[in-house]
Amino acid sequence: MKKELTRQQYLDLYYYMRLNRAVEDTMVKLFRQNKIVGGLYSSLGQEAISVGSAYALEKKDWLAPMIRNIGALLVKGVPPRDIFMQHMAKYDSPTKGKDGTSHFGDLDNLHIVSPISMLGDLIPVMTGVAMAGRYLGQKIVAMTWIGDGGSSTGVFHEGLNFAATQKAPFVLILENNLWAYSTPVRKQVPLENLADRAKAYGIDSYIVDGNDVVAMYSTAKEAVNRARAGEGPILIEAKTFRRLGHAQHDPAEYVPKEMRAYWEARDPIALYEKYLTGEKLLDAKSKKEIDEKLDTLLAAEREFAENSPMPPAELAAEGVYCTGDDCHKIRAQWERPVAEVTPPKSSVEAVWTVPGFGSGKGSGGANAPIHFGDTPRAVEKSANGGKPAAKIAVKAAAKKTVKAAPARASRKARR
Amino acid sequence: MASGKPNGNEGGGAPVTFLEAIKQAMFEEMERDPAVVLLGEDVGVYGGAFKTSEGLLARFGWERVIDTPISESAIIGAACGMSYVGLRPIVEMQFIDFIVCAFNQITNFVAKGHYLWNAPAPMVIRGPSGGGVHGGPFHSANPEMYFVHTPGLKVIYPSTPYDAKGLLKAAVRDNNPVLFFEHKFLYRRIKEELPAEDYTVPIGKAAVRREGKHLTILSYAAMMHTSLEAADALAKEGIEAEVIDLRTLLPLDEETILNSVRKTNKCLVVHEDTKTGGIAGEIAAILCEKAFGDLDGPLMRVTSLDTPVPYAPTLEEYFLPNAKKVFDAAKELARY
Repeated sequence: MKKELTRQQYLDLYYYMRLNRAVEDTMVKLFRQNKIVGGLYSSLGQEAISVGSAYALEKKDWLAPMIRNIGALLVKGVPPRDIFMQHMAKYDSPTKGKDGTSHFGDLDNLHIVSPISMLGDLIPVMTGVAMAGRYLGQKIVAMTWIGDGGSSTGVFHEGLNFAATQKAPFVLILENNLWAYSTPVRKQVPLENLADRAKAYGIDSYIVDGNDVVAMYSTAKEAVNRARAGEGPILIEAKTFRRLGHAQHDPAEYVPKEMRAYWEARDPIALYEKYLTGEKLLDAKSKKEIDEKLDTLLAAEREFAENSPMPPAELAAEGVYCTGDDCHKIRAQWERPVAEVTPPKSSVEAVWTVPGFGSGKGSGGANAPIHFGDTPRAVEKSANGGKPAAKIAVKAAAKKTVKAAPARASRKARR
Repeated sequence: MASGKPNGNEGGGAPVTFLEAIKQAMFEEMERDPAVVLLGEDVGVYGGAFKTSEGLLARFGWERVIDTPISESAIIGAACGMSYVGLRPIVEMQFIDFIVCAFNQITNFVAKGHYLWNAPAPMVIRGPSGGGVHGGPFHSANPEMYFVHTPGLKVIYPSTPYDAKGLLKAAVRDNNPVLFFEHKFLYRRIKEELPAEDYTVPIGKAAVRREGKHLTILSYAAMMHTSLEAADALAKEGIEAEVIDLRTLLPLDEETILNSVRKTNKCLVVHEDTKTGGIAGEIAAILCEKAFGDLDGPLMRVTSLDTPVPYAPTLEEYFLPNAKKVFDAAKELARY
């Protein structure tokens, strides 16, 4: 049987899920030792989503994690020490102790945008990242995550609608873990599938088993490819379950025992180990090597983090404004001729014009764009030899033959 | 555009309106730097509700002049994201009243980025503000103080075409998020001849509009003109008021304020914003902290009423400050 991924890719997915869990296990220990300043959130049982989707991105692409996407940060290249130090409010942490958890980013190198606690705000921000990347000719894709709870915010709607009207190269992973703090998804959204929300924005969506890392990766990869090819934003609903409470303080006694038991039997790492072993991609020896590698790495990272000092008190007063020449290093990196957007040639032909529109007085000329949704597909940019990309995607999805972990959810391009 | 230069500004020619000055600033900044883009509701094809961006789409194209859905949070969020990739977006709020729809995006996301994770968001949020044109309670607001209370933002509220152009250009070039309030009463009512060459006006500097020795009147935006009118009337009675245009509310130019008050020993603040929580209260605190011994009288203030902006002309005129109210307050203060 033809394998979908290379051996190295299969093992990378495994390694990053293990690393994700080991990092969080370490933080639980730190939390119990009172070394974590604030709350501690867990992605236990959801590692396949963060790892599988972030692994589908290229280095130049941008992502913005939410609170349960430590795995995505690790895949993007954030060292575990940064995550430890963030939680411990250390001076060497990316925010120097000014914020905690996954609330940090890196504009210059890793292309990570920091989240804030208000849910959904990242959706328009990453839409803007995607639009700017397209404007500069960078061919990047922007990705972020949102929970079932966060999908009820106003800015989720505003952001996704704007991304859709702009056909922004943006992929949104809707992590449906069934619980928003103590409120079950059914009390928040009267839909069986949250992916149905995509229909309201005229964009495509997928539903995927969020506990199946290979399914998660290949779905995300397909979505990223399509977004990069100019097909517009795509929503992926990953079905999963939040195994622990909202944060460490919450025993989550409101969760039915049967529900918990069902999902605990579907642990993404255990399922994937079984699959890898069956496919002879992993044996006891290589597993032991990974165990040892993780132990060594995390011991060193933890030691570094614990040795970092607390920030000096006066730092609290610094950095509100960007002053001087050194604080803003981001420059527009043009990967298309600047002349295309510089007068007098700047009114390049819009790819999504509608005949007749824009001919009215003061309307910007016949090339004024009216509606991105009416765009004929940018065939010349398609990786599919000029054939309509969407059809190919459906076909490819239906034909997937790779044997993944059992109980893999149906995965299809939803129109 | 009819004139020789594409921005319509030949310099030394006919005076231009406040609105035209803003358009020139956007035009010239977009001409200068391809990283500058404009987005907002109806800014492209229609040229903006007040025609502030008229002609920009034709000149710069649809990739740089972006008509958006009615989604203030999405517009400001997207502009923030654009700034992270090296662009310098200008966002228009169709009326500045609607900026509060994006309050969270501005105060939590945009404003805190540099402090928390070294992510400056060079972007300008601009829009028509203020009353006096019978726009009613949702098209007349002066919401500047919500944002003056937010560390990480800069807040500009100019009163002349020269300043509007120079400050907007400075805002586009600033590495921080800047809120730029345009008093719509001034849009077509005042004109000024502008220099032909590129210029900016520094953010955070007040301007002395009229020198005087008996009291200081601090004001900004449309009320600056009201204050000058009152100062003329006061002069006829032998009271020489020094009128200072704050221009930038955040950061406030404490030095210019203190220098003037230390000279006149009396301070009257005039603003169109409502009274409670207006900038006058902050200025009162600054004077108490830093110039208490210099004051010969209480800080006084002439402001709008603590109500929503009413619609009927009779009600709105009662609600707003005017030259008579400023004159009366100044006379009372001068007696100390």
